[in-house]
Amino acid sequence: MSTDGSPPPEPTSRGSREDSDDEVRRREQEQAAEADRAVHRTTGDEPLVQRLVDALTGPNVLVTVLAFVLALVIGAVLIAVSDSEARGALSYVFARPGDFFGAAWTAISASYGALVKGAVGSTNGITESLLAATPLILTGLAVALPFRAGLFNIGGEGQVIVGGMVAAWAGFAIDGLPLLVHLPLALLLGVVAGGLMGWLPGFLKVRTGAHEVITTIMLNNIAAIGLSYGLTSELFLGPDNINPRGLSVADSATLPRLFGTRLNVGIIIALVVAVGMYYLMERSSRGFEIEAVGLNPHAASSAGMSVARATIATLAGAGALAGLGGAILGLGVASGGITTGFSAGVGFDGITVALLGRARGPGTVAAGLLFGALSIGGRAMQARAGINLDLVGVLSALIILFVAAPALVQALFRLKRHRTVDVPGMSAQGAA
Amino acid sequence: MELELRGITKRFPGVIANDHVDLTVRDGEIHGLLGENGAGKSTLMNILYGLYRADEGEILIDGTPVAFDGPGDAIDAGIGMVHQHFMLVPVFTVAENITLGTEPASAFGQLDRDAANDAVRELSERHGLPVEPDAVVEELPIGLQQRVEILKALYREAKLLILDEPTAVLTPSEADDLFEAMSALRDDGRSLVFISHKLREHQAIADRVSVLRRGKIVGTADPREASEQELADLMVGRPVDLVVDKDPSEPGEVVLEARGLGAHDEDDTPLLRDVDLQVRRGEIVAVAGVEGNGQTALVECITGLRTANEGTVTLLGTDLRERTRVDLLRGGIGHVPEDRNRDGLVGAMSIAENLILAHWDAAPYAERGLLQFATIRRHADEAVEAYDIRTPSSATSAGSLSGGNQQKMVVAREFDKDNDLLVAAQPTRGVDVGSIEYIHGRIVQERDEGTAVLIVSSELDEVLALADRVAVMFHGRLMGPFTMPIDKSAIGQMMAGADPDDILGGGSDDGPSSADPLDPAASAPTETTDEGRA
Repeated sequence: MSTDGSPPPEPTSRGSREDSDDEVRRREQEQAAEADRAVHRTTGDEPLVQRLVDALTGPNVLVTVLAFVLALVIGAVLIAVSDSEARGALSYVFARPGDFFGAAWTAISASYGALVKGAVGSTNGITESLLAATPLILTGLAVALPFRAGLFNIGGEGQVIVGGMVAAWAGFAIDGLPLLVHLPLALLLGVVAGGLMGWLPGFLKVRTGAHEVITTIMLNNIAAIGLSYGLTSELFLGPDNINPRGLSVADSATLPRLFGTRLNVGIIIALVVAVGMYYLMERSSRGFEIEAVGLNPHAASSAGMSVARATIATLAGAGALAGLGGAILGLGVASGGITTGFSAGVGFDGITVALLGRARGPGTVAAGLLFGALSIGGRAMQARAGINLDLVGVLSALIILFVAAPALVQALFRLKRHRTVDVPGMSAQGAA
Repeated sequence: MELELRGITKRFPGVIANDHVDLTVRDGEIHGLLGENGAGKSTLMNILYGLYRADEGEILIDGTPVAFDGPGDAIDAGIGMVHQHFMLVPVFTVAENITLGTEPASAFGQLDRDAANDAVRELSERHGLPVEPDAVVEELPIGLQQRVEILKALYREAKLLILDEPTAVLTPSEADDLFEAMSALRDDGRSLVFISHKLREHQAIADRVSVLRRGKIVGTADPREASEQELADLMVGRPVDLVVDKDPSEPGEVVLEARGLGAHDEDDTPLLRDVDLQVRRGEIVAVAGVEGNGQTALVECITGLRTANEGTVTLLGTDLRERTRVDLLRGGIGHVPEDRNRDGLVGAMSIAENLILAHWDAAPYAERGLLQFATIRRHADEAVEAYDIRTPSSATSAGSLSGGNQQKMVVAREFDKDNDLLVAAQPTRGVDVGSIEYIHGRIVQERDEGTAVLIVSSELDEVLALADRVAVMFHGRLMGPFTMPIDKSAIGQMMAGADPDDILGGGSDDGPSSADPLDPAASAPTETTDEGRA
């Protein structure tokens, strides 16, 4: 943050005051600066380069990177002990340690090599990774947005399902429209459906105080069961269809593919939306209001802001984002017909993505891309190195574990810890 | 027991919080520790209580050096601490809180509640600190919660009791009770360290007072001999103006008019009863009263945060019900809330952001829905300079500032606009002497510029220093306002519920509301006490 190291403004007009007063002033400034370092927030009015430097050197990003490194290290241990050759050499590790470490190294490098190569080592890998990242970016934003208002949206999965169902229905049930009308219409209906799924918990919270975590979790179940039911009805299956697979989406509502690969324009939509979310959250007055409500609802309403409006708007917006993710699935990879598992848990993965991205727009996009790549690389690792795909799940779980426990990472790497308030009654600026 | 601190030094990065502090607390004395916010009082006491480790220096108890690795060691050595923010489990009973950690239990580990209750009852009787062992702590008024904290320390057989800003959360009468209890503990042979930045309290209770400034002890004095002015100068390090300098008021048109205002909370407990009040341009009306007598509701009704259940409030003739809070804050009312950390600022946001908290989507700070960071920054830099907010930059988070500077920031936001009416509740609560002087000066300046000013304060001295007219609130009723000068003891009596007609012989100039200040049906004091802190 730009405040660090910048000299305190010179009190020009007060030269006549006594020296001791200047000293007091200097001291108060030092204390405030010291306390501020623990908070470390960017305000967005610094030059872009400065902000990038701050973002990349900030303690949060460092912890995130180290969490990733730690997860890979633990993953490596798991690979080593699950590799049969290395396990065999482990029995005589004290006699000939070289055998074990050699075998372990071979297994680890082969596995991680396959992971990286599979994810970004080829055009196909990259496009598949981007394809996998598309819904993750949107569901990640669907968690990040309410998070800024102090709300936890667990309902991404249900919002994805509803958005995908409605979009797919619009894709096959509506006929005879040109692509430029049909596709946006289907996407929009998916967005609206997801938005309603998000609006409902917001409305319930404002009106009745029902906690959004509970209501969104329950709505996930309603959506999942609704999908199963829908896939038994003629509405989705059409007549004379016994397979639990929805009808194929019309060509005029299918997301056009890019570069002749499976990747479709959904990634472009997701990135454009992400840029919009960045402006909303970091630069707009609406985002300021949301943030103030999230940080201190009392002060926000005392300043005339509406906590109720922020609650409903962010949850409905989150539903719309996740609904868009579902629509992109339903009109993209699942355009051949939605199944009960078409959402593949991207709504839940969105929570992970948002946490890793620290609920900020750019971070969430980066985390979405990372997890997209991990899932594709994981498949290659399974195919080429024989490591179970579940290792990828373990890796992402470990990353989140370490990100959620920054003190642990800081202790492991002996980073200087920012003093935190650990005893109520002691002020944050310990020197007070 | 006698406690001696020798050369205690504690450094934080960039700051020396304690610089070779020597301090002796004698057996059986109340030792006052006086200093501005940030002078190092709390750090020193946290070292003494084992929460921090000193970089240099030693602690001696009865001549023997001791080393504390944590509060447990300090408690074992006979040191007890009552923190400013209580360390109580709100849903536990008084006895459970006091015995927590050393609960009497049966052989099978079952809690022996009766034994705990008896022990607590015995303890409270012995020290003359009555509490009800069965009462749930969160339902007790603040003063009693503090008493529980003190008993907790005594239950652990504290010989030396540290009280960190104990009066900051108390009403004047609760503070008097505390002082009585402190004297009793001293007479019982215990030593007490009393931390406060209020000079008058040291004069009332301390046997000796040490003044801490910028981490150093700058003097130890007998508070009964040293004058208030001397102590203040010593504490701040420069001559301080304790008296607010102001000319007689020149009241103009009526800006605020409340008529027959009545309000009650969700449980139908009355908060306000038939309140009439007028505030004119160019005058300061101060509302005195023990907290929890309806002042919070009054301020809320006047600033558009609460709709009165009865009566009307008009601002320059327009009914307040026709205007939203945003509308009022942006055009006419400046409001300094009584609890700045809760209602006045967002600690994690920067000073610049806090300064536009009520103008977040209005020009010039937002254009076409986007924040104008350059304008916001420029505005903040000007306010930081103009209102003497001591911060390295306007991008510093508000939560990092000291209480005084936070309050100056809130004052900057609320004063630095075109106000017709300024409402300031507890404008100098938890603020150091230097900042109090500054904020009082600003309030008078606002008045002189033709703003109608309403001050609500539980500090009688503040009310007397600022007011052109004084009103007193008791049980939701407003007595007065009475034109200054008015006898301090008369206001004190009214704060306790006395009839102004008896004291002043009908000197009110806003008659009707003072006619019947003591409704026999009025609720017991406890009924409204918690309202101000909810």
